[in-house]
Amino acid sequence: MPIAFKQVSYEYSPGTPFAYGALNGVDVEITEGKVTAIIGATGSGKSTLIQHLNALLLPSKGEVEVLDRTIVAGVKPKQLKSLRQNVGLVFQFPEYQLFEETILKDIIFGPINFGVEPQEAELRSLHALNVVGLDESYAEKSPLDLSGGQKRRVAIAGILAIDPYVLVLDEPTAGLDPQGSKSMMNLFMTMNRKYGKTVLIVTHDMEHVLTYCDEVIVVDKGKVILKSDVRSFFKDESLLVELNICPPKVVDMRRQLQKAGMKLPDDIFDIESLAMAIAKEVNGHE
Amino acid sequence: MKHLEIKNLRFTYDQQTDVVKNVSFLVKKGSYTSIIGHNGSGKSTIAKLIIGLLEKSDGEIIIDGIPLNEDTVNQIRGKVGIVFQNPDNQFIGSTVRDDIAFGLENHQVPQKDMDDIITHFAKEVGMSEYLENEPTRLSGGQKQRVAIAGVLAMKPDILILDEATSMLDPKGKEEVNSLVDEIHREHNMTIISITHDIEEVVKSDYVFVMNEGEFVMQGEPKDVLLHAKTLIDIDLDVPFTVKMALALKKHGVIIDEPMNMKRMVEQLCQLRLSK
Repeated sequence: MPIAFKQVSYEYSPGTPFAYGALNGVDVEITEGKVTAIIGATGSGKSTLIQHLNALLLPSKGEVEVLDRTIVAGVKPKQLKSLRQNVGLVFQFPEYQLFEETILKDIIFGPINFGVEPQEAELRSLHALNVVGLDESYAEKSPLDLSGGQKRRVAIAGILAIDPYVLVLDEPTAGLDPQGSKSMMNLFMTMNRKYGKTVLIVTHDMEHVLTYCDEVIVVDKGKVILKSDVRSFFKDESLLVELNICPPKVVDMRRQLQKAGMKLPDDIFDIESLAMAIAKEVNGHE
Repeated sequence: MKHLEIKNLRFTYDQQTDVVKNVSFLVKKGSYTSIIGHNGSGKSTIAKLIIGLLEKSDGEIIIDGIPLNEDTVNQIRGKVGIVFQNPDNQFIGSTVRDDIAFGLENHQVPQKDMDDIITHFAKEVGMSEYLENEPTRLSGGQKQRVAIAGVLAMKPDILILDEATSMLDPKGKEEVNSLVDEIHREHNMTIISITHDIEEVVKSDYVFVMNEGEFVMQGEPKDVLLHAKTLIDIDLDVPFTVKMALALKKHGVIIDEPMNMKRMVEQLCQLRLSK
């Protein structure tokens, strides 16, 4: 089942003096079963783009195919419930959206709303709590007593408990400390590798794109200007310069060494391989 | 010269949880000090104690020789400016001009002087063009620059940044970091940066590493940041260049300056030519 944007445009406040075209003819297909990074400068249209995936925003022009649905501009879509159940969208700073008295009540809100039987919903919620790295003792605590990072985990558990097919996250690691972001990214890896979810992540962190993502989509001025697998993307130096993207540090260092005359293979993407290749050059042997 | 002195500082939440346990340190005038630690390590609490937003449970905070207490808190707040993490939570005015004016109005700066001060500091942070703009139309980096202008207009001697760049995109981070460097250099401003961006720590004069309310390491970045295992054990990260130097060491390549990528590249090329 495809996820595809076909000539999608979106205009905020159409017909007013504040009208603003946030998307201008987006054409892109998202590969199922992969982890895809969506990158681009602030204001390029990334958040507008992902809100089309569960019809929170409807295209002003063009059409969006999501799983078994096609959302066409100008046609009011009906029965969006199953689409919203299948595409779980996590906004930026989702911890601000926690509202219930207990953590369990907050997580269970989603599945109950989608008509899951209470007993099943509770099982799913406790499982989701577990998946995000919090044990059952948290279930009856107030979400207000948690740290920022834990709150964000609870908010994400609320989406996981709905058991969506596609997981979409808008800058999920913004403001987290290094280990917090690492375990957050590992959580999405688990969702993809173990549970087979298609994962889309809006991010500014090129280290994350390199380490965790399979494919990358570049959004610029309301258009998707590139879709590529992550490694070919970071290999293309002139492209990165053109897009004004700072490469991950390991790529940056390899390039600096190559420019200074060291012979290193282009397909090095981790510290260990780079160290090994440098040692070979410097020592003259393995 | 001593600028800020903290002696046996303690802060207890709800009379039971020690958030800051017996912390002591000195900050020299004109220095750039970083305090690093994972979320919840107590580093932001220290910032709030220094400006008197939280009341210490025990210990002393001395700024320019003046101990912080109920009588001196207003005097001390005039000396210390702080910029917080979330750009959206600290915008008060409906325009950039009003926002910078807010602090001045509170300090009863005469109207006739205010315009000049606002113009001056808006220029300093590169926001002169935006004085009449609404905050919603600004980027995160621009909002933080306005927050810095508002703080600078109060003429503080110490600027505290409480994770001021952690919510910004790479461009915003770069804008704010280079502005802070400029203020530090040109005004000899004492900077205390509370952060978990390990790459940002590299440039500071001195770094304190905080864990569970205590300092577990302190020193110059070149000494502290090499303790990769300790840093990782307390949920922090290690700069890329240090990771690289450690990996190279395993292959018998010893790096002299593991904090600077440019120097590292130069050294590796020299090693290769002299093999």
